Amino acid sequence: MKPTDIAAPDYFHKVVDCQWACPAHTPVPEYIRLIAQGRYSDAYMINWKSNVFPGILGRTCDRPCEPACRRGRVEETPVAICRLKRVAADFKDDIKQRLPYPTAKNGKRVAFVGGGPASLTVARDLAPLGYHCTVFDGDPEAGGMMRTQIPKFRLPNSVIDEETGYILGLGVEFKGGHRIESMKALLAEKYDAIFVGSGAPRGRELDIPGRKEAAANIHIGIDWLSSVSFGHTDKIGKRVIVLGGGNTAMDCCRTARRLGGEKVTVVVRSGFEEMKASPWEKEDAIHEDIPILNYMVPVEFKHVAGKLIGVTFQHVKAEYDAKGRRNLVPSGDPDQTIPCDDVLVAVGQENAFPWIEQDCGIEFDKWHMPKVDPKTFVSTNPKVFFGGDAAFGPKNIIWAVAQGHDAALSIHKMLSGEDITERPLPEVHVSSQKMGIHEWSYDNDVSIDKRFKVPHRDKVVALKDIRTEVELGYDVKLALGEAHRCLNCDVQTVFSTSLCIECDACADICPMDCITFTNNGEEDDLRHRLKAPSPHPDQDLYVSSDLKTGRVMVKDEDVCLHCGLCAERCPTGAWDMQKYFIEMTHAGSTCPTKSRSAA
Amino acid sequence: MTYIAKPKFHHPGLKKNELGYTHRDYEGKISTLCAGCGHDSITASIIEACYELSIEPHRVAKISGIGCSSKTPDYFLGNSHGFNSVHGRMPSVLTGANLANRDLIYLGVSGDGDSASIGFGQFAHSIRRGVNMTYIVENNGVYGLTKGQFSATADRGSKSKKGVTNTDNAIDLVAIALQLGATFVARSFSGDKTQLVPLIAAAIGHKGASFIDVISPCIAFNNHAGSTKSFDYVREHNDAVNRLDVLVGRDPIAVDYAPGTVQVVEQHDGSKIALRKIDADYDPHDRLGAQTFLAKHAAKGQIVTGLLYVDPDAEDLHAHLNTVDAPLNTLEADTLCPGSSVLDKINASLR
Repeated sequence: MKPTDIAAPDYFHKVVDCQWACPAHTPVPEYIRLIAQGRYSDAYMINWKSNVFPGILGRTCDRPCEPACRRGRVEETPVAICRLKRVAADFKDDIKQRLPYPTAKNGKRVAFVGGGPASLTVARDLAPLGYHCTVFDGDPEAGGMMRTQIPKFRLPNSVIDEETGYILGLGVEFKGGHRIESMKALLAEKYDAIFVGSGAPRGRELDIPGRKEAAANIHIGIDWLSSVSFGHTDKIGKRVIVLGGGNTAMDCCRTARRLGGEKVTVVVRSGFEEMKASPWEKEDAIHEDIPILNYMVPVEFKHVAGKLIGVTFQHVKAEYDAKGRRNLVPSGDPDQTIPCDDVLVAVGQENAFPWIEQDCGIEFDKWHMPKVDPKTFVSTNPKVFFGGDAAFGPKNIIWAVAQGHDAALSIHKMLSGEDITERPLPEVHVSSQKMGIHEWSYDNDVSIDKRFKVPHRDKVVALKDIRTEVELGYDVKLALGEAHRCLNCDVQTVFSTSLCIECDACADICPMDCITFTNNGEEDDLRHRLKAPSPHPDQDLYVSSDLKTGRVMVKDEDVCLHCGLCAERCPTGAWDMQKYFIEMTHAGSTCPTKSRSAA
Repeated sequence: MTYIAKPKFHHPGLKKNELGYTHRDYEGKISTLCAGCGHDSITASIIEACYELSIEPHRVAKISGIGCSSKTPDYFLGNSHGFNSVHGRMPSVLTGANLANRDLIYLGVSGDGDSASIGFGQFAHSIRRGVNMTYIVENNGVYGLTKGQFSATADRGSKSKKGVTNTDNAIDLVAIALQLGATFVARSFSGDKTQLVPLIAAAIGHKGASFIDVISPCIAFNNHAGSTKSFDYVREHNDAVNRLDVLVGRDPIAVDYAPGTVQVVEQHDGSKIALRKIDADYDPHDRLGAQTFLAKHAAKGQIVTGLLYVDPDAEDLHAHLNTVDAPLNTLEADTLCPGSSVLDKINASLR
């Protein structure tokens, strides 16, 4: 193998698994260390810069970081990254002074369709640069789906108010209750740029017999949640069936339990394991006495005299064809009818752009989605940008944020007369953490604690009031314990070939047998000659250039604890622990386009 | 020294030996020696050899004297018996322990000061008596704990870190061990685990006095130009006569080398050593030849390593003394003191 180029910004970025997996590339280990030090406000600001909604995401994020967390490969469970983010939000001081000031306007106007996470992120990035941002939303308050679709027992209004408030406080104009009905009319208002962050607002229908006749008791999940959120709906029948296996279905069933649903059942077509809902959301639903029945396909709404009385399901089983594709085929068991008073349909969401006229210069593809460039987020109209669910269909808040940052950069470049396809590289800092012979500026003593559980409110109390938050969040002590579980993957092991005397001290001390001195070879061959098995080829091998004996140093990054013992036991300083910090490029970043100083 | 304990986590895919232990289970406390010390590599090699042999830790007694080397038993086999004795007195403590309980595996760990200076006599007599043990000298040619004076194994003409030339002749412990009748004699290098680990494993399997001289560079005081015990010097002057490939009892020996290049040696305990010859003329069963070979190469400034001599049919001290098979410390009073009638018989036989 060729010697590893650690100067490539992506190499060390990949080692920080959580940050690499996060769409917004939040510097996770950095903020977790700040939490351990009690510097909650600093931890919050790192998050705020990167993911804009730390308090909201700390409660609701889909956590792509956690399955990636190295800790999950070392022991059973990853670090509770998401809930530590909430800790930063819960325990911070007043951070208003740290926010950017509204600056003098630069005379350019940007309109936003929809006031959800994507639009607000773009506005957050552009407003401090002097753009006049106007956000239109059909709802009276900002937040979009964060406010309308996520139940209050998971995400209280106060948190939404606070974090959308920080953005609107930057001088962003919010026009609530003002739904954009015509793109043509909006274009006619001569904004310099338009950002469409209108989400995926239409719940998918379930067109089976009885749908029309029993319509009074059949509700589309996201519309129903929204109606509950605004207080228009405050009760439901005693027996409720929720159709669908995503997070919306989980929110629907738990909400139903709080509005009078005594016997709430979730029914999914696929297997329990394949459900789209996050595992912890399924757990929370089951904890609230909601059974989840699987491999059952709804075939008919049963009704008597216009009144829904139940849903009939066909039992199916999964069969896999030669290509490994799954088909659901009837299992042969007799159909089953489950009696109920109400049904909530949460079988998916769709985009809908009836308000964008054909002749706006915005082209749509055969799935009726706008043609959007996946890097710059520009549509076929150079002044119109899309982001969040509106661009590529339903995803999570954190994706909307990441896309918002990129779209903001495009808008800023376009309005600065630059080529929007040229994307500046991120800024990278790498610095030694050595403080003394065996002292580091980070806590390298690896904790062996198991994941700490987030305290929940007592179920009886929680189910009584829809606005009572179920999760209480970590207290300071639990947060400290959980923060210590972080392996500091951003503190990188950096190897200097010229200093190595091949004494084997690092290989001997490494608790995970990550380091091998051996003859070089092709990657597949090398992976078989390491001191310990190498089961994850997606995890890089760090290979040195040739050493004095002709061998090379090979480090499998896979399960490195970043404990620094290799560097402590190295007599010549050939190993050093260096902190890698990457600043993603946001609108207004001043990083040079190409050059970068390395370790 | 390192302040933190070595993390308890280990690689999830680590292999286990016959007893279900990983090599991490054979570790001791974290080393307090200088970073990069050759001794730590020897520690790692002992751990590896014991893991490979699936040795039950409670069957090992590790005994040492004083010095950097003699601290190392704290860093391996944390669940074994240990005795950190007086300076240079490891061999007699080990001999006594061995006499009392012949069932344990005895690991004597010493250094060049401990064995070639203050304990030279003790070393000589334990070898001469054929105590069943593995005697490892971690040889760095320097008194590290007292900041770098020449030890008795420092070569004449080699330079100290301060630039002083050694004018005394060196003691070659391997040559002495051969002369005193050790039945397993080897030399190796801390920086060459592929050679050292099988040597240690073979030595443990040998019934009789096994002696391994391991050159182990002192990073702090003896790893400079002019030293003959530095990483660079040893790597440049290492003349390995053979390589041990497979010897672990549980693994079948795969002899896939050209005929005549592999020599299989069967030991008392049934284990086998497969010796891959590097020097075609070298015969590890010829004590006199080994001595001559060593002397010739030493004169050329070469460091001969590998298994230099082995007598697979060796006897140990217990055989010489004709002791009972049962460990002496397990004999009960009625066995040790069979009563006056037996005494009368003995007395009668002497009249």
